[in-house]
Amino acid sequence: MNIASLAPLAVVLPIFGAALAFMLLRHERGQRIVTISVLSLTLALECLLLGSVWDGSSGGTYAVTLGAWAPPWGITLVVDQFSSFMLVVSTAISLAVLVYATGQGLADGSAQGAQNNGPISVFHPSYMILVAGVSNAFLAGDLFNLYVGFEILLTASYVLMTLGGTGPRIRAGVTYVVVSVVSSLLFLIAIGMVYAATGTVNMADLAVKLGQLGPEMQVLLHAMLLVGFGIKAAVFPLSFWLPDSYPTAPAPVTAVFAGLLTKVGVYAIVRTETLLFPGDSLNLPLMVVALATMVVGILGALAQTDIKRLLSFTLVSHIGYMVFGLAMSSALGLAAAVYYVAHHITVQTSLFLVTGLIERRGGSASQDRLAGLAKLSPLLALLYFIPAMNLSGIPPLSGFLGKLGLLQAGVQLGTPMAITLVVTGVVVSLLTLLAMARVWNRVFWRRPEDAENPDPALLAPAAATALPRTMVGATAGLVVLGLGLTVFAGPLFQLSEQSALSMLDRTDYIYSVLGAEAAEAAAADVASLQGARP
Amino acid sequence: MTANLTLLIISGLLFACGIYLVLERSLTRVLLGLMLLTNGANLLVLATGGGAGIAPFYDAGTDPAAYSDPLPQALILTSIVISFAVTAFMLAMIYRTWQLGRADVVADDIEDRRVAATPSWDAEDDADVPTDLSEFMNPDEAVAADLEALATPDPRLGPEGGDRPRHAEDTHAPETEGTEEGATPR
Repeated sequence: MNIASLAPLAVVLPIFGAALAFMLLRHERGQRIVTISVLSLTLALECLLLGSVWDGSSGGTYAVTLGAWAPPWGITLVVDQFSSFMLVVSTAISLAVLVYATGQGLADGSAQGAQNNGPISVFHPSYMILVAGVSNAFLAGDLFNLYVGFEILLTASYVLMTLGGTGPRIRAGVTYVVVSVVSSLLFLIAIGMVYAATGTVNMADLAVKLGQLGPEMQVLLHAMLLVGFGIKAAVFPLSFWLPDSYPTAPAPVTAVFAGLLTKVGVYAIVRTETLLFPGDSLNLPLMVVALATMVVGILGALAQTDIKRLLSFTLVSHIGYMVFGLAMSSALGLAAAVYYVAHHITVQTSLFLVTGLIERRGGSASQDRLAGLAKLSPLLALLYFIPAMNLSGIPPLSGFLGKLGLLQAGVQLGTPMAITLVVTGVVVSLLTLLAMARVWNRVFWRRPEDAENPDPALLAPAAATALPRTMVGATAGLVVLGLGLTVFAGPLFQLSEQSALSMLDRTDYIYSVLGAEAAEAAAADVASLQGARP
Repeated sequence: MTANLTLLIISGLLFACGIYLVLERSLTRVLLGLMLLTNGANLLVLATGGGAGIAPFYDAGTDPAAYSDPLPQALILTSIVISFAVTAFMLAMIYRTWQLGRADVVADDIEDRRVAATPSWDAEDDADVPTDLSEFMNPDEAVAADLEALATPDPRLGPEGGDRPRHAEDTHAPETEGTEEGATPR
């Protein structure tokens, strides 16, 4: 028995944890213990999964069929380097955010918790369902299971987004729910179209059969899938919902949404581009979209005064980098995009967690109301400074390494559009630095008296607004994880490269799901595609 | 594969009405629009299964071509459950909106409006910096201005005003403000 056959547990364990947490609805302490231990267990399991596929040479892809239905019909979960890497990073982030959230709940006092039992007790189960949905989407081996994974995580996110049911959250929640439902519908329609055209929804099977369709049909299906995933990933013309809805949610919820949910969309786009529609039929539109996403996102960020909104806009902007790497359709570009996704999940989440701490210490997340935090809370300044510099791509941090890989891939491709993207990538990186440095100057460096409307909490004595140790610890853990991505960049980039090569090759994936015959057909397909390319 | 035209036309109608309703500002209409859209999508997926046939797996001798495709029906079942859950959640949110604001409309994002209304002119970044040009004057002009300033003593300073060596930048000093037209570097 292979360790990879335990992959379904990555979905089942969190759902089990959610069930237990529901049973312990009135026992906040019990819920905490259950959810944290279940998530730790899931993380350990996923580390084992990653370990089993780490060495790509010995066949790094495993398919698990559920319910004894043979692959093209039954539900298949696929563990390969990309999916297990994403699983480990996402669960590590979720665990850190969960610890942060429990720390916040504890600090807010159990008396208050007992008073409005609803929101707090429903947080833990919803959160576990969210993790299960994310894991399911990463592992899904067929389009419909991917859709179900999306729906699980979205439904949980609706609850988390509107936690407490206050006016602003309901307003943001309505936008978020409507946009998400529409994007899921587009995805569902695309699945229906794909099924009508090929008679299957299994991704390995589709990889073989989609290539046999006419080119117009391929472009149509391809574009429909990309639009559906593009809304979830917040790619430029489809990104307007994100900065409107994310900032109002509670800090840990925003952090985990920003880190994970858009990346699940990016993951789906990567799978579409490599497994289902190899070749570069839609790469030019993708490049244009990547360019627009980077530029529009960062210009939006520069206009904001609220730090949470500013970070939401930088989130949109940096999704552009991932699409950029993907659109190069080279092993280097894809590898850099994979590494960049892991880097960005960690850094963006830690920045949102730090913003939560800033809000707690300074009483607000608006730059006009904050000042002098470097002196008031040096630890907070350090926790902000490292991920902020990491996000802007200052050497030698992981953001720099990921961007360097992307830029190299762009130069390697060498078309005018690719070079434009390289230049834009550098400029947007500098603008990110500007946005981050502005926050630094205003929130941390200037004197408290210089704030336009200083918040009363800002000027209160430090003892009155001490930061809970658990929250600071969780944030510091994430910052250290971000530094770990830098220190171990060598092996991790190698892993990304191997996963990129295996994704571009596709035979490994198809072989593990459908067996040798289908893999050969797909290999011939890829060879003919490469032959057709100049 | 045969496609059922009636199903497709109905599904198209549902999409058209659904999109119209989703674009409204009233939340109840948006909800109705979403329901129409999801049902339109369900019908579309149903149509992808081809024509109707006999029940599948009824007995072992069933001809595979004779029975209707069960997979799209299974998919629709899942998506019906999902849209049911989402509809219930939307209803709860609409009710909450009504409770909070006695209104059934999509509200504006206040922070968004505020940022949009911010003038692009920022006092800190964009205001004219008062420039002191004297440092960059043509040396000949500067000497001429100095000589001229020496030649015409300032009446307010009295006799000792002329003794001091004067520079052009002294004209910005408050005590001589606006008196010497010739020395002002304009």
